[in-house]
Amino acid sequence: MKRAFLGEFEEVVLLTVAVLDESAYGVTITQEIEQKTGRAVGFSTVHTTLQRLEEKGYLSSKMSGATAERGGRRKRFFAVTTAGRKALMEVKNIREQLWDALPPQTLQLMGG
Amino acid sequence: MKKPPRWSSTLLSWLGDPETAEEVQGDLLELYAHWVETVGEREARWRYVLSALKLVRPLAKRKDTESSTPFFLRPDMIRNYFKIALRNFVKHKGYSAINVSGLAAGMAVAILIGLWIYDELSFNTYHKTYDLVAQVMQHQTVNGRKYTGPATPFPLGRELQTRYGSNFKYVVMSSWEGDHFLSQGDQKITQKGSYMDVDAPRMLALRMLKGSQDGLREPHSILLAESAAHALFGNRDPLNQLIKIDNKLDVKVTGVYEDVPYNARYHEVTFIAPWELYVSSEKWIQRDRDQSNWGDNSFQIFVQIADNTDFDTVNKNILLSKFNNVPPEDRKYKAEVVLQPMHDWRLRSNWENGVKTGGLIEYIWLFGFIGLFVLLLACINFMNLSTARSEKRAKEVGIRKAIGSVRGQLVIQFFNESLLVVICAFTLSLLLVLLVLPWFNEVADKQLRILWEKPLFWLFAVGFTLLTGFVAGSYPALYLSSFQPVKVLKGTFKAGRFASLPRKVLVVIQFTVSLALIIGTIIVYNQIQYSKDRPIGYNRDGLMMIQMKSPDFYGKFDLLRTELKNANVIEELAESSSPLTSVWSNNGGFHWAGKDPNLDVDFATIWVTHEFGKTVGWQFKEGRDFSRQFSSDSSSVVLNEAAVKFMGIKDPVGTVIRWGTGKDMEEFKVVGVIKDMLMLSPYEPVKQTIYLLNYGNVNWINLKLNPNKSASECLTTIEAVFKKHIPSAPFDYKFADVEFGKKFAYEERIGKLATFFAGLAIFISCLGLFGLASFIAEQRTKEIGIRKVLGASTLNLWRLLSSDFIVLILISFSIATPAAWYFMDDWLQQYDYRSEISWWIFAASGIGALLITLLTVSFQSIKAALMNPVKSLRSE
Repeated sequence: MKRAFLGEFEEVVLLTVAVLDESAYGVTITQEIEQKTGRAVGFSTVHTTLQRLEEKGYLSSKMSGATAERGGRRKRFFAVTTAGRKALMEVKNIREQLWDALPPQTLQLMGG
Repeated sequence: MKKPPRWSSTLLSWLGDPETAEEVQGDLLELYAHWVETVGEREARWRYVLSALKLVRPLAKRKDTESSTPFFLRPDMIRNYFKIALRNFVKHKGYSAINVSGLAAGMAVAILIGLWIYDELSFNTYHKTYDLVAQVMQHQTVNGRKYTGPATPFPLGRELQTRYGSNFKYVVMSSWEGDHFLSQGDQKITQKGSYMDVDAPRMLALRMLKGSQDGLREPHSILLAESAAHALFGNRDPLNQLIKIDNKLDVKVTGVYEDVPYNARYHEVTFIAPWELYVSSEKWIQRDRDQSNWGDNSFQIFVQIADNTDFDTVNKNILLSKFNNVPPEDRKYKAEVVLQPMHDWRLRSNWENGVKTGGLIEYIWLFGFIGLFVLLLACINFMNLSTARSEKRAKEVGIRKAIGSVRGQLVIQFFNESLLVVICAFTLSLLLVLLVLPWFNEVADKQLRILWEKPLFWLFAVGFTLLTGFVAGSYPALYLSSFQPVKVLKGTFKAGRFASLPRKVLVVIQFTVSLALIIGTIIVYNQIQYSKDRPIGYNRDGLMMIQMKSPDFYGKFDLLRTELKNANVIEELAESSSPLTSVWSNNGGFHWAGKDPNLDVDFATIWVTHEFGKTVGWQFKEGRDFSRQFSSDSSSVVLNEAAVKFMGIKDPVGTVIRWGTGKDMEEFKVVGVIKDMLMLSPYEPVKQTIYLLNYGNVNWINLKLNPNKSASECLTTIEAVFKKHIPSAPFDYKFADVEFGKKFAYEERIGKLATFFAGLAIFISCLGLFGLASFIAEQRTKEIGIRKVLGASTLNLWRLLSSDFIVLILISFSIATPAAWYFMDDWLQQYDYRSEISWWIFAASGIGALLITLLTVSFQSIKAALMNPVKSLRSE
């Protein structure tokens, strides 16, 4: 099976979309990441990452109906696709396997 | 709440990815509001700008989807441009033909003029020393006017060489270039040649094919041009062969040089003999040399300036080189010596009161402008027709835009179409030039050819094609592509009231130029005709001249005269010191009773034999002709009217004129006054002339052929007689009327060229008018149909369709008339004997233009007016 490759930031964005579920669009995703990770994320970075993830097929998007806010402009809502879910699961599995392989004394040394 | 910075929003909407523009803009707006609340407005603005900038392409990744507009220079698109252009070209054959032929004619003119200008500007550049060589000229002030000429006195050459030597690399004395005959065995040829100092071949950078540039060091030597050598020796080796100049000087060929090309002054000079030989062969030159005669201006001097100096410096140094040497009584002429650099010989040869006033360079400017104008006319045609067709193509533009064309593609397409036409036209124009060039060369007295091998030519050609394509295509490309599809397709697109204004302006420009050219041409021809009809004071019919080029001609006057008269081939024969169409000597030093002491006397002096008057048929105003019956006539003179006027004497016949001073003084009695004989320029007043009787001081034999016999019959007999008595010289003769006609060559050339260009300008303008008229008729088909149905007559319709154009022509006429008058009046000022610009010239050209316009337009308007209204109204 082809190994899915997810960059660290891509993983964060993909997870955030999953977390936000139905209400995931540019603004909420940016704000959520800022809140959860505490780091300042540029909107443009998030936007390009979303585009890339969509290109890779991990995300799908569709436009909302017209809104009265934001000058009548529509929002693009994102949802995680099956491939996206699979990729997330895979990353999670690899991490867990690695954590599991960690000898107990090392874990103690790390203060865990 | 404040809005985010407008400029960054605008930037984003322009340069952002159009695919995601909507949500990105919305998201950013929402975030901005959020940022304003959380981090303050300042920081929010900052973040907004930063995000927007980062999303601007090409910084942000672009998204390729299948439905986006392809790049406008993709190979597919380029193929498409050409295909559409070709289809359009073939579909509208009439328009294409008009466009291509009009443009081709314009370009051909521009190419011809370009080649001509190139040729003129490169005149004399064959000589590698082009930038360093000059001719020595002198200004002299006579009766308050400064005259400038190339004739210089003998000692000036030596003076320049010895006292001013550091300024020059070479100082070369030279005779005038003149016809001489060279003989070698039985071979006799007449060639133009010059006697020059030994440094001449180096100064002129002649390319020696045989022998060396030092060939003139031996006093009895000669350098031949390749063509002259070939004429004399054929394929034999000319080197060290002996030949004779004018059957009196024996010389040895010491070198052969490459022929100087046609566009150089020394093209005609096909041999150079040593200056020393010239001096030793002529007594009067030796006298000039030995007596250091500063008063006899009879020679030319050429110099090559030293490498480390320039003309201005040298001019300053040598200015008074003559003045400081002349005898005190000649100081009043204020002789100034100046250099005329080689690059001015051809183009800036006119002097007016000591100041260079131009010359041929003015014609270069003139024809350059004409060329540009004709080309402009052709471009105007193209633009005119394209914009006229714009309403038809508006729909096409609308549909193209509606299905996704962007403006850039349309612009490219229209430029492409115009470029296609221009390339066709350029090819055609090259063919035209090839076709016309032989004729053009003959008229312009040139040897032009297309400079295929010169990169400069191709650079110009390509640049010129692209530029013309661009200029001609710019209006349609930029104008048509700006149509709004919605309006066009809805059918509400209507060219406004002023939409046709630029088109009208263009037509007016076209006809202004054409009309001005026509008026100019007529005035040039009028001037030529006026001067040709000028009374010449003698009878040119059957008047023949033979130059006495060798000593063998002399002392045979009676022999020739009797024999030819007995053969009944001539009416009369006489000899003279100057040919009938020139004056070879001018003299001062005359005195008479009642002479104004301040008057500087300068007469044309012509020595003639008794029957000169009878031969040329001059007409007496007062007194009588020379006669053999009066032995005292050897000291009689005949004056012309101009001389009487110049001298200011009331009763000329019987006046005594003294010439010279001291023991050299001679006295002459005026026996007759003739009507002015026109011997010099037909545009200038006749010079005051004295005719004296002398059988020794003559250079030309003049013959009046028997009018009752055919010229060819006479010629054969005359040739036989000459061959019998003067076997050593070739039989070269000239006819007075032909020689006189040559004086108009320059003006006639300009007239012919101007006619050619004016004709083409009219042709191009008419083509344009024709196209425009046919277009308008087509556009108004329905209107005409309805008018006809309602009862309009053919005449009515014809007037309707033609009147617009007539107004335009009238406007052009009112612009062209004063402009042409102004310029042509200026042109005529250079001639003292000039025709008036009369009103009929303007009237004739105006009416002519009007007629041509009506003819052109009527063809279309009558065709439209005759159309069956049923047909034109039936279908949409």
